[in-house]
Amino acid sequence: MRMFVTLHKNKNAQVILGLLFGIVFGFLLQKGGATDYNVIIGQLLLTDFTVLKLMLSAVIVGMIGFHLLRHFGHVQLHAAKGSVGSNVIGGLLFGVGFALLGYCPGTVAGAVGTGALDALFGGVVGLLIGAGIFAEIYPQVKARFLMWGRFPAVTVPEFLNLNLWVVIGLMEAVMIGFLLLLEYFGL
Amino acid sequence: MFEFFTQALWSPYIAGAGIGVLSCLAFLLSDRPLGCSTAFVKARGMIGKAINPDRVSGMEYYREIVPQADWALMIIPGIIIGAFIASFISGGFRLFWVPSVWGAEFGYDPVIRWAVALAGGIFLGLGARWAGGCTSGHGINGSIQLSLASMITAGCFFAGGIATALFLFRVLGA
Repeated sequence: MRMFVTLHKNKNAQVILGLLFGIVFGFLLQKGGATDYNVIIGQLLLTDFTVLKLMLSAVIVGMIGFHLLRHFGHVQLHAAKGSVGSNVIGGLLFGVGFALLGYCPGTVAGAVGTGALDALFGGVVGLLIGAGIFAEIYPQVKARFLMWGRFPAVTVPEFLNLNLWVVIGLMEAVMIGFLLLLEYFGL
Repeated sequence: MFEFFTQALWSPYIAGAGIGVLSCLAFLLSDRPLGCSTAFVKARGMIGKAINPDRVSGMEYYREIVPQADWALMIIPGIIIGAFIASFISGGFRLFWVPSVWGAEFGYDPVIRWAVALAGGIFLGLGARWAGGCTSGHGINGSIQLSLASMITAGCFFAGGIATALFLFRVLGA
């Protein structure tokens, strides 16, 4: 049984929690350097690996934590079977925007908090327009693209047909190894 | 202890580990991944509703992602506040139009920077909704769950981003 089912259903509490999670997330993004255009564009130009270090550290810790919580029945999986038409096309469009803007949807909000006016009047306004365009074309995109080239599995262990904890062990080793390599090469 | 919070930056490993813990807490306390891009759909829908409510309520996408002030919307004002506190207490807050790496390459004209940032924001909003999530929703929280689609999406974010950034700075740039 999940421990916090009543809390999940309490809409007012969740509004407050959303704000609180945002505040802590924004604080951590700024402290991690990810609200800075120079840091993000440095990652995309492969000269500054702060963003990957931040993301991989989050995944290294979160992957173990999430699956332990799930093992004891406290959280549930929120993942869907994706597709080439949705995830690859959408991901590449996102990538173009990521590089032009130099922020992503979370860090653009963080950058606004640090005083970046290009993030506010360019990034946030652009994101609202882009989201609006997607809402307009959604029925056509859904029919033509989103179901095209469906992936064969929801999760990586399912896809590889391997035990969950074996996959977690392998992933953790690869991510930690990658970070050690970055440090070894002084990146 | 307080000095830790007023440092300009932390090691990305420490901040990242904190984000990992925060992501687990979001699954535990709010039964959802810590994602950011849904907020922009909701905000856009709320602006649309204020102008033309019938049109917005007739649109399929806003029936699936309901424009209302809930967890998924509040994350964005939260991030703005959190990053403001973090930068303010460490003395890093300042208003500016053009980041220095952009300025060094393309000059400090705010109009040019604004126009490219706006174009980037449009692609980002479109792409995030097309892929069903962003750097935090797919990149961190999908990967945490070992979602195959999220890991592929995160790879595409960086493939598209690296290719575009290299073209912009190494081909078009000075």
